[in-house]
Amino acid sequence: MNKTITEKILAKAAGKESVTPGENIWLNVDLLMTHDVCGPPTIQIWKNEFGENATIWDKDKLAVFPDHYIFTENKQANRNVDILRDFAKEYNLPHYYDVGSERYKGVCHIALAEEGFNIPGTVLFGTDSHTCTSGAFGLFSTGVGNTDAAFILGTGKIWEKVPQSIKLTFNGKMPEYLMAKDLILKVIGDLGTDGGTYKSLEFDGEAIFSLEMHERMTLTNMAIEVGAMNGIIAVDEITEAYLKPRISKTFESFQSDPNAEYSNKYEYSIKDIEPLVAKPHSPDNINTVHNVQGTQLTKCYIGSCTGGKISDFQAVAKILLGQQVKTPTFIVPATTQIAKQFETETYKGITLFDIFKHSGCAIGPASCAACLGGPSDTIGRASDGEVVISTTNRNYPGRMGSKKSEVYLASPLTVAASAINGKITDPREYL
Amino acid sequence: MDKIIEGKAYVLGNNVDTDQIIPAEHLVYSLDDVEESKIYGHYALSGVPVKEAGLPEGNIPFIEQINNTSEFNIIIGGSNFGCGSSREHAPFALQKAGVKAIIAESYARIFYRNAVDGGFVLPLEADEKLINKISTGTELQIDLENYTLTDLSNKSTFKLLSPGDVLPIINAGGLFKFARASGLIA
Ligand code: SF4
Repeated sequence: MNKTITEKILAKAAGKESVTPGENIWLNVDLLMTHDVCGPPTIQIWKNEFGENATIWDKDKLAVFPDHYIFTENKQANRNVDILRDFAKEYNLPHYYDVGSERYKGVCHIALAEEGFNIPGTVLFGTDSHTCTSGAFGLFSTGVGNTDAAFILGTGKIWEKVPQSIKLTFNGKMPEYLMAKDLILKVIGDLGTDGGTYKSLEFDGEAIFSLEMHERMTLTNMAIEVGAMNGIIAVDEITEAYLKPRISKTFESFQSDPNAEYSNKYEYSIKDIEPLVAKPHSPDNINTVHNVQGTQLTKCYIGSCTGGKISDFQAVAKILLGQQVKTPTFIVPATTQIAKQFETETYKGITLFDIFKHSGCAIGPASCAACLGGPSDTIGRASDGEVVISTTNRNYPGRMGSKKSEVYLASPLTVAASAINGKITDPREYL
Repeated sequence: MDKIIEGKAYVLGNNVDTDQIIPAEHLVYSLDDVEESKIYGHYALSGVPVKEAGLPEGNIPFIEQINNTSEFNIIIGGSNFGCGSSREHAPFALQKAGVKAIIAESYARIFYRNAVDGGFVLPLEADEKLINKISTGTELQIDLENYTLTDLSNKSTFKLLSPGDVLPIINAGGLFKFARASGLIA
């Protein structure tokens, strides 16, 4: 055999012996995920198309997370959450995580991991482009629109074109000042925002397998930033240890064959990589922190599915302990579980919550918040003329609010160091 | 599907992402309510930076202030058109604004799927870069029999690429229609 992990998983989901890149196949979907922005129109299309007696193909394979526009006065946004709530009630959904209830989670991609929905060897579709995040667990996951999701909701099936794979190997050990965010920014800079269109990104190498799961999710999360269909990392002991308390089912772990075919292979040596930023207004506009240091900032933002995980905040705490931020700094945990961990996780004996409070950060409730701008009352939203440094994943014009704002993307370490200085700062100055 | 599409060009650059096509703050409106969904047309392409709006000059509004539809109904885009989020509101908004076809150098995967599977707008590719050869406001004609694009102002003609495997879905008018016609669903 000469197949990649992605090809093996897709073959299994298509019920075929093997599949080849370029082939169009129909897949049996293992999980469909949706949220408050794309869930309501998906449900509407499903009802319109399947009629009065529409049935969900498998309720147990549907997970619904309100997370995008949650803490807002915006009427239409709240109406969207109401639509999800009514739908969950009407169909008695087992996996609905209502805002305002004990069950509320926050950002879907991280909640999927925490709740044990990321099962190696399966295929997961979500109405969100960052659904590729789940690929960190050795599964095929990708984003689709409402029509495709409605089709899945009614049939459990979807068509896909089997992607070619790109292999990205990172050799060497991770130093304290680098994070997964720096590695993926490097890749995005090299491939460009369309360098991976209709492809699969497979991460490999000693540095990758030294990372814990949250850091791995930062890599697969941003596979879409090069246009990739999915990002994937093979299962190892670290994956298994994360999954053990969360899933009881047995699963299949696939590995790429040694002679698997790739459209491209990139090899990186960790020692050649330094802290990086994506400058306004594109995630592939990469430069070193060193080259842009000193850029004055009006806001720092630490949050989202790519930069609001517990590992991200542990890194931030290392820098912020005993320091004061000079620029308004917003901390938004991706999920309620992470928010709870702020009270229990410590650095040098002090809880993360206390570290962030004492350094002058504003802490918001778990949700997507200003990662995608959102309604005008969204916490941390960028206004006209602002210069923001953020741990999020996109900085296209207007992504975090005003199209007259500028957004730099960087690792949580770099954002924390910059917060203390009020200007873009290399984290090595504080480590 | 009509075999001939005619309309005025609106030219954009590379990497027109979904926040430029329909800014995130507007995603709260109903797509199903006929009246409310017109708002999507109104805000279509409202996130495009002013100097890139309607090339080569820029600063050409896609939609006049109070309108919900545009006088431009063929978009000429560069590479990676529709990159960014999975929001199906993006091709939907373009359809609401009256756009019939897009001709870009390349598309982001999810946008392309959404345009085709939802049957909102026809996403075509040219085999050369058109954004420097066509100006906003030019009258264009797309011929889907021969896959050509003609600039009616000077009769120059450009080759378009066939959509290949997805043509049956395009011809059917979207994924559900295709699935019904081919017996995949009842
Ligand atoms: S945190 Fe940002 S990128 Fe992640 S799902 Fe929410 S809006 Fe999307």
